[in-house]
Amino acid sequence: MKNILRTITIALALAAGTFSLRAAEVYVSAAASLTDALKEIATTYDKESGDQLVFNFAASSVLARQIEEGAPADLIFSADEAKLDALEKLGLLLPGTRKSILSNTLVIVVPADSATHIKSAKDLTGPDIKKIALGEPSSVPAGIYAKEYLDKLGLWQKLTDKIVPVESVRAALAAVESGNVEAGIVYKTDAMISKKVKVAFEVPASEGPVISYPLAVIKDSKAPDAAKKLAAYLDSGPADAVFEKYGFIVKH
Amino acid sequence: MEHDNWQIIYFTLGVSILSTVLILPGGVLLAWLLARPRWIGKSLVETLVALPLVVPPVATGLILLELFGRRGILGSFLEKNLGIDIVFTWRAVVIALGVMSFPLLVRTSRVAFEEINPRLEEIARTLGAGETRIFFTLALPLAARGIVAGTMLAFARALGEFGATIMVAGNIPGKTSTIALAIYQYVQLSQDSAAFKLLGVSVLMAFAAVWMSEFILRRRPSRR
Repeated sequence: MKNILRTITIALALAAGTFSLRAAEVYVSAAASLTDALKEIATTYDKESGDQLVFNFAASSVLARQIEEGAPADLIFSADEAKLDALEKLGLLLPGTRKSILSNTLVIVVPADSATHIKSAKDLTGPDIKKIALGEPSSVPAGIYAKEYLDKLGLWQKLTDKIVPVESVRAALAAVESGNVEAGIVYKTDAMISKKVKVAFEVPASEGPVISYPLAVIKDSKAPDAAKKLAAYLDSGPADAVFEKYGFIVKH
Repeated sequence: MEHDNWQIIYFTLGVSILSTVLILPGGVLLAWLLARPRWIGKSLVETLVALPLVVPPVATGLILLELFGRRGILGSFLEKNLGIDIVFTWRAVVIALGVMSFPLLVRTSRVAFEEINPRLEEIARTLGAGETRIFFTLALPLAARGIVAGTMLAFARALGEFGATIMVAGNIPGKTSTIALAIYQYVQLSQDSAAFKLLGVSVLMAFAAVWMSEFILRRRPSRR
């Protein structure tokens, strides 16, 4: 009996040992808008690589702040370049690993059962639109992009009273879904995953701000090789297919 | 201090005072009822009142969001009949603060009512006083210190509320942003110095409120 127990213990220890040798946990801090696409990619990637992806989804501003404070992260996948510029300046990125791989477009969404007729951003000034949800316009990328766009059209000043700033683009989507705001500005990719909202207006790529999703390996990463491998995978064919399925524009 | 911060401080004081004033009559009356001998449903009411103390504030916020949202029972009623918008407005802040601080007011006041010698009420009754008269001329004055202390505690709780507020009212600068919400926002934006200023203010205000409530509770009752 004792021998059997010992054998089991040794077998378990060996199994655990080989497991931890092979599989690395890769902490990925990713923009909220990437949530669904990355989760889908992870199911395949975890199986193929043997590594395990641990996600932290939030507004890129929150992620950047967390990394500044030393939160565990191996890879950051931001929805705007400015956040990575800041981290790069602080020397927190592994040199040579930064790459912009995706783009997106902005859309104006309304609740699926809404009767409002919005044909352009200008219609947001109408009296039937009382509240407009968007990411916090000084930090959350989706909000920064939305403000940039409305500013360019000269509408921002007219709309400030209606703006409900929220903590991430997904929170803006949720506010529209619940019907508590009449409209929201989110990414096309967010609108696509929700059945409770409909796209009232898609900002043409030529008119909207340049939206760019860069990723980079974090300098203090405990698994830099696994993180680099993941970064390469995210920029490869199989990942591209998933990103495109969710409505992202793959840059090459 | 920045202009924005003053606005945030005034707003926080304003909504905290308003929510405390609004819950005061109902809270005191309920405390008195709970201090009375058993009645049907008493323990259920007791538990319900205590819930916001123990349920996560964001969960309470979610319940409020479901109730007062445009598609919620109360929210849709108010919007259609009175044209009043709740969610993402200052009204939502007041509701969140009121609900979250209500248990503190009720529980502190209830203890004060329970400490009144029951003989006094019996005597008043034998002398022909009705329940309403007993409440206003006997119970209320005798429990006044406890009620004031409970009010201060409720006010202090309102000053610092975060979880329920952010769920129903969001964090809209100049409209629903309270000190607690603004501190969170400043930290997100790496504006730590502004956050620390508000932190100092909120500690001072909470300290004053709690200290006053302690002071009032400890003071010996004045002899009549």
